[in-house]
Amino acid sequence: MAYGAGVDVGSTQTKAIILDENRQIVSRALIDTGANVVLAAENAYAEALRNLSLDEREVEYVVGTGYGRYKVTFGDTQITEISCHGRGAVHMFPGTRSVVDMGGQDTKAIRVSPTGEILDFCMNDKCAAGTGRFLGAAAAALEIPLGELGQVALQAEKAVKISTTCTVFAESEVVSWLGKGKKIEDILLGVHQSIVSRSLGLMRRVGIEPEVTFTGGVTKNIGVVTVLNEMIGFPVNVGPDSHYMGALGAALFAMDRIMAGRVPVDGEREKA
Amino acid sequence: MSDAHSADSLVGRGNRDGAALFRDWFENLTHAPERNEKSAYVFVMGSIAEILRTFDFHTVFPEINSLQTAVRRVAHEYLNTAEDYGYSPDICGYVKADVAMQLQGGKHPMGLVPKPDIAVYTNACNTYIKWAEIWERMYHIPIFTLDVPGTRQHLGQTWPGHPDFEEDKKYVAAQLEELIATCEEVSGKKFDIDKLREVMTHANAMSRAWKRLLELNQNSPSVFNAVTDGTVYLGMANGFRGTADGARYFNEVVEEMEYKAQHKIGTLHDEKYRLIFVGVPCYPIFRRFNEMFAEWGGAFVSSTYLWFASGGTNLGVEYDVNRPLESLAEGVLIGVRHAMDSMFFQHQTLIDMVDPYKIDGVVYHPIKSCRTVSTGLADNRRALLEAKDVGSLFIESDMMDKRVVSEAQLKNRIDAFFEGLATRKQMAAHA
Repeated sequence: MAYGAGVDVGSTQTKAIILDENRQIVSRALIDTGANVVLAAENAYAEALRNLSLDEREVEYVVGTGYGRYKVTFGDTQITEISCHGRGAVHMFPGTRSVVDMGGQDTKAIRVSPTGEILDFCMNDKCAAGTGRFLGAAAAALEIPLGELGQVALQAEKAVKISTTCTVFAESEVVSWLGKGKKIEDILLGVHQSIVSRSLGLMRRVGIEPEVTFTGGVTKNIGVVTVLNEMIGFPVNVGPDSHYMGALGAALFAMDRIMAGRVPVDGEREKA
Repeated sequence: MSDAHSADSLVGRGNRDGAALFRDWFENLTHAPERNEKSAYVFVMGSIAEILRTFDFHTVFPEINSLQTAVRRVAHEYLNTAEDYGYSPDICGYVKADVAMQLQGGKHPMGLVPKPDIAVYTNACNTYIKWAEIWERMYHIPIFTLDVPGTRQHLGQTWPGHPDFEEDKKYVAAQLEELIATCEEVSGKKFDIDKLREVMTHANAMSRAWKRLLELNQNSPSVFNAVTDGTVYLGMANGFRGTADGARYFNEVVEEMEYKAQHKIGTLHDEKYRLIFVGVPCYPIFRRFNEMFAEWGGAFVSSTYLWFASGGTNLGVEYDVNRPLESLAEGVLIGVRHAMDSMFFQHQTLIDMVDPYKIDGVVYHPIKSCRTVSTGLADNRRALLEAKDVGSLFIESDMMDKRVVSEAQLKNRIDAFFEGLATRKQMAAHA
């Protein structure tokens, strides 16, 4: 049995996926990235291997992706998370034509071909507005665990309009609304609408074509999924492994290399 | 001359000579005040060097001075000085670097920039007007606004013979006559129309060569890098406009590029992707920015910067020296209008270039500190992609301010762009 792996080193979390030759997920791991990016990649990969009781020599090809992709020192090549999210999304949801990925530090909108090639993409620039970090700032200000944020937001009666687009200022705006006596759930719904609105702006720049697949760590937030469905006008694809999509795409590229006899594909630089 | 000898002496000559001439140019500026020579502050989008040279003014380009501080990695010192003085971080980085340089008595990494005796500028950039007012207040000098009618709508240009164009030309010509009178007053010299003819003749040679040079990059592999080499040529096109040195330089650059085209000497070892650059370069990481494309085999074969920052002289319009003032008005009108169109209505030109230049992708580079050149690029990109099946990349940074240049984020997007281009090529090969 041939195995291929993808390791996605994100700003907040590092994910690893191992696929078998049928391109089925046979193991996965997720850890916080922390300060040591090299170690995070090694630990996530080691955990994925351990889960399957696999020796690393049995994995024929490893692709690194995410911001820390060049720190996946044991990887065979690196591919951007933009290509990996597109590839993973079309594999998991074959009808995918648009992808919105919300991570800890960036949000990207990607338009893909039926076979997963990137046709166009757009990302937030040098600013964490509209990313998972925006939710993190609200969670800190309201002292609510990040994992419960979405559920609380969905209990809102009337969303408060969050006008700032800055993640840093969002915290003070949330506090000021609390001071004015607004309910926490109403404020939180406003926060969720704000982040989705920013993401939709990116999506419009590349064109929103159904089906839309939602990927990245923020897919775990039911509030964002619900608001995204409402604002986009139709349900987006989300699955239990959506936050692994970058690692999945990387592992799929790894399987491509294995199946192609490890012949380098034109345009990708093989690791020396 | 043997081929080996030609290659040694010709290839790279434009960059070598350009750098040397530019050092001389700054040296000349440094010593101008000692020689009681006067200086005119001008801008790249319509310097009106033809008239100013007739009166022996040194032409000083604050935009070039400023970008040099970024290329030499000291822009932040100038920006900080201007911001400490009270300028907002959101103001044009070129303006702030210049203000800081003026506050420091003209100290510049390449020499000493003289104070202006006059400032002459067009309306091609809205900032030019406010910028000149700063010098007016600092130095109590005359400033002259040349109001050039722009294109009223997309593809709405009119040309010589059309009643609208002729009216616009009269309007520009009347202003040029006012400028001549102002120059006589500031310089203390009488206007010499034969000297103007001589300057215009040199400018004609430069315009002709500039147009030819840009067209030579239709060759594969491309013979010069439109971002890196192009910026050197652009400096020469502006700083030496209307001079014998400038005319000779550009004839020699064309000779070099024709030689390279003939011998298939490209800018990269392996040119895989041919790209157009849209906007102003990222000077704080100028070399690295280009490397991030070159590493993938991406070559910039053209750049809108070479159109608008040459004052639209890429059209190759030549003056009729038998009717100098009327022809100058015509040339200024067409050139400056084209410079503005190259920022606001460039998408049709880009679309038309895709096939002859064999373009694989277009790189849009909006910048934080110049909204004039950045506004509308998203719409431009949409129009391009509707018309042509090419890759495109939209990356934002700045021309001066390294605080808003994130190399890691740029690289991520550039890598993804090339992954997409590689896939496109594979799909096309298998189609």
